Amino acid sequence: MLGLNKADLRLFLIVIAMLVFAPILLNPFPDTSGMAQFNAGYPDLMQKLVIFGIFAIGFNILFGLTGYLSFGHAAFLGIGSYTGVWMMKLLTMNVIPALIASVVVAGAVSLLIGYVSLRRSGIYFSILTLAFAQMFYSLAYSVLTPITGGESGLSLSTDDPRIFGVQATDGGNIPVPTVFGLDMSHAVTLDFGAWSFTISTGYYFAAIIMALAFYLAVRIFRSPFGLMLRAVKSNQNRMNYTGLNPRPYTLAAFVISGMYAGLAGGLMVAMDPLAGAERMLWTASGEVVLMTILGGAGTLIGPILGAGLIKYLESIVSTINDSVVHGWFAPLPDWLENTLVTVLHPFIGKGWHLTLGLVFVLVVCFLPGGIVEGGKKLGNLFRRKRSNGDAPTPGTGSTTAEQPGE
Amino acid sequence: MSTKSFSRRGVLKAGAATGVGLALPTIFTGSARAFTNEPGASSVTLGFNVPQTGAYADEGADELRAYMLAVEHLNGEGDGGMLSTFSSQALDGTGILGRRVEYVTGDTQTSSDAARSSARSMIERDGAIMITGGSSSGVAIAVQGLCQDAGVIFMAGLTHSNDTTGKDRRANGFRHFFNTEMSGHALAPILSNAYGNDRKAYHLTADYTWGWSQENSMRTYTEALGWETINTVRTPVGAGDFSSYLTPVANSGADVLILNHYGGDMVNSLTQAVQFGLRDMMANGKTFEIIVPLFSRLMARGAGSAIEGIYGSTNWHWSLQDEGSQAFTRSFGTKYGFPPSQAAHTCYVQTLLYADAVQRGGSFNPCSVVEALEGYEFDGLGNGPTLYRAEDHQCFKDVLVVRGKENPENDYDLLEVVEITPRETVTYPIDHPDFQGGSLGSCNPGA
Repeated sequence: MLGLNKADLRLFLIVIAMLVFAPILLNPFPDTSGMAQFNAGYPDLMQKLVIFGIFAIGFNILFGLTGYLSFGHAAFLGIGSYTGVWMMKLLTMNVIPALIASVVVAGAVSLLIGYVSLRRSGIYFSILTLAFAQMFYSLAYSVLTPITGGESGLSLSTDDPRIFGVQATDGGNIPVPTVFGLDMSHAVTLDFGAWSFTISTGYYFAAIIMALAFYLAVRIFRSPFGLMLRAVKSNQNRMNYTGLNPRPYTLAAFVISGMYAGLAGGLMVAMDPLAGAERMLWTASGEVVLMTILGGAGTLIGPILGAGLIKYLESIVSTINDSVVHGWFAPLPDWLENTLVTVLHPFIGKGWHLTLGLVFVLVVCFLPGGIVEGGKKLGNLFRRKRSNGDAPTPGTGSTTAEQPGE
Repeated sequence: MSTKSFSRRGVLKAGAATGVGLALPTIFTGSARAFTNEPGASSVTLGFNVPQTGAYADEGADELRAYMLAVEHLNGEGDGGMLSTFSSQALDGTGILGRRVEYVTGDTQTSSDAARSSARSMIERDGAIMITGGSSSGVAIAVQGLCQDAGVIFMAGLTHSNDTTGKDRRANGFRHFFNTEMSGHALAPILSNAYGNDRKAYHLTADYTWGWSQENSMRTYTEALGWETINTVRTPVGAGDFSSYLTPVANSGADVLILNHYGGDMVNSLTQAVQFGLRDMMANGKTFEIIVPLFSRLMARGAGSAIEGIYGSTNWHWSLQDEGSQAFTRSFGTKYGFPPSQAAHTCYVQTLLYADAVQRGGSFNPCSVVEALEGYEFDGLGNGPTLYRAEDHQCFKDVLVVRGKENPENDYDLLEVVEITPRETVTYPIDHPDFQGGSLGSCNPGA
C-alpha cells in the first residue's frame, strides 16, 4: 500500500498513530499530581518535537545515507524561518505560501553551499559547511540587520504591507498566522477527570506535514536513488570505478536535506512568528547531529526519537529548579534531602546540558546504533524468551536485520 | 468458564469502562474560559522569565530574588516590604483576589528565541496568567509581542530601550523602568557641567535594540550640548573581550568614551578601557573621560575600582531615603544579606503593581488589568509620585544621575546619587520622534 512494503507501512502507521495521539500520550500524569512536571503534552513542546523531527529526518537523508556529516544545517533552518516571516510580512498570514517559500529558498541556498562544500569530503566537508553556517549566522546577527532584525529577531508589525491580508486586526493588533482561516495558536483543552489534554491547531498542522515528510523520506530510503546514496557511504571509490559519478547524488541529498531544514524553519515561524538569529548558531547545527546519532543514524525512525528526546530534556529538565526537587524529597530526613538536592543541582535547570551530555555518552558507549538499536535489543530479548518457551519460530530474528530502515 | 465471573481483570476492565463513561460528559468543560489561563479558586500562577545564563545573568539572579520576595509579601509572609508604603492599599497580604500566589521560573538565555519558548511553555504548560522579567530589551520586546498574541499581561522587567514603549509597544505590555530618552535628558546637564560643551565622543554600542536606542539618545543630547560624535562602533552582545574595539579609541581624536553597554558587557568593556589607561590619558588638552549611560550597582561591583568618578543614570538606588525604598531595602537585605539592585527594584514593583491592578479591577482578565493600570498615578514605591501613562504604558518618574564613588566604604555603597532629575523634566510628549511607528493596539484577553 502507498508503495511501501509491509514493514515500512507498519512503521508509517505507528508514526501516524504517535502523531495523532501525542497530546494524550505525552500527558500521562494528572494535572494536579507532582509528576505533572514531566508532562510534555502542551502545544509549544509538541510542536517543537515535530518540527525538530522533520529537521532530523531531513538531516538523516544526508548523514545517515551518504555519511556526509554537515555541521551547518541550522543555517538552512534559519533561512527557512526568515523567508517564512518575510512572506507573512509581505503577502499573507496564511502559512502555506510561507512554507513553500521557505522550502524553495532554503533549497536554493543549500544548492549553492552544497555545490562548493561537496568538492571535499570527510572532515573538510564538515568544516566547510560549518564555516558557511557561521557566515550566515553573522550575516543574520549583524550585517543584514535591516533584513533579519539582528539580535532582536525578525518579527511582524502592523506596518507590514501584507498584500493579500490585513495589516492589523480590527483591534489594532498584529494578525496571527493561520491556515485557511484557522488560527495556528487556537487550542481546545479537554478535561478528562484529573487529566487535561490540549488539542491545538498548530500542532496537528505540523503533525500532518511531518507525516508527509516522513513518508517522503521512506520512499527516498527505499528508492534506487537511496541505494545510490548508500553506495556513496559504503565505498565511493568503488562507485567511481564502476563509472558512476557520486557528486550529483550527494548534491541532491544535500539539497533535499536543506529543503527539509527550510521546511522545519518555516514551520517554526508558522507556530510562533518571530525568527531569531540564535537558531542558526553552530550549536543548533550540532544539536541536529546529536539528535540523529542519539536516535540512530541511517534508520528511519531514529532521528525522530532523537529529536524528541533532546527537545524533551531541554524543555522539561531545564524548568526543574531546586524548589521542585526539594518538593520531591520532602518526606526524607533533612540531611538526606539536602544531600540529594546538592547532588542533583548541577543536572537540572540551566545545567540540563550536563544531563544531555551524560545521556549522549551513555548511548554512544553502550548503544552505538542509538535508541533504535536499544529498541531492537529489547525486542530480540523478548522474542528469544518467547521462542524458548513456545515452539521455535525461525526467521523472526532476521526480519529486522534485512530492513536497515526500521 | 462462567464460574469465574468476578476475575480481577474483569473487575478492572469494568471499572475502567465505567470511569471513562462517567468522565465523558465533562470532556468539553475546559474550553469555556473567559480569558487565557483564568485561575482557579485557590491559587494563581505568575511566570518569572529572567536571564539565568549569559551576559545579563547577574541581573537575572537579582530579579528572581526580588520576585520571590514580592510573592512572599503578596502572600502575607515576611515583613510586607513596600506593601505598607504603597499609596494604594488594595493589597492585604492574602494573595491576589484571595488566591495564593505561586510562580514558575524560566531562563531567557538573553535570546529572543529561548525567551519566547520559555514564556510559551509557562503560559501553555504551567498556566501562568502574567509573564514578567527580562534583562534585555530585545528579549522584552519579543516576549511582549508573544504575550499580546497569547492574551496574557506582560510586566516588563529591566528593559531600557525606547522601543519597548515606542515602536514595539503593545496593549498587554507595561514598563515601569525608565528609557534611554530619559537617561539622555537627565545626563546631559550634568555632563555639560562636569566636562564642558566642547567634547569629542566615541561610542561603543551593544548591537541590539537597546544599544541603538541608547546611542541615539546620547548622541541627540550630547550633540545638542555642542559635543561632536567622532565614531560609533557596534559590538556583539556577550563579546567578552573588547580590546579590539578599544584599541582604536585612544588615537581617534576623541576625548570621551561613551559605553552603551550593560551587564557583563559593561563590566568587561569598562575594566578593559581602564586597563588600557584611557582614564589617565590626555586628549585634546583635556582629561579623557568615560561615561556609562545606564549604570547599576551590580555592574559597579563587577567592575570594581574602574567605576570611580564615572557618570551614569539609574532607575533607583538603595541608598534613597524615602520610606518605600527604605522598606524594600530592609526587607531584601534581611532575606538575602545585601541590598537590592535597580533590576530587583523594578521587578518587585512591577509584581506589586500587577497584583494591585488585579485587586482594584476585581478580575484577572487582562483587559481589566490594562484598564486599572492605564493612567494610574501612584506613590510610595521608591521613585516618588509616578504615572503609568495610558497612551504608551510607560511609567514617568524621577531619574537618578549617579557617579561611581571615589572611596567606597563597602562592597555595596559604590554609587553616589549626584542629582535627582524631576519627573516633569524627563517627561516627553507622546509624539516624540524617537517613539514613533508603533501602536498599542487593543488589549487581548485570549480565549
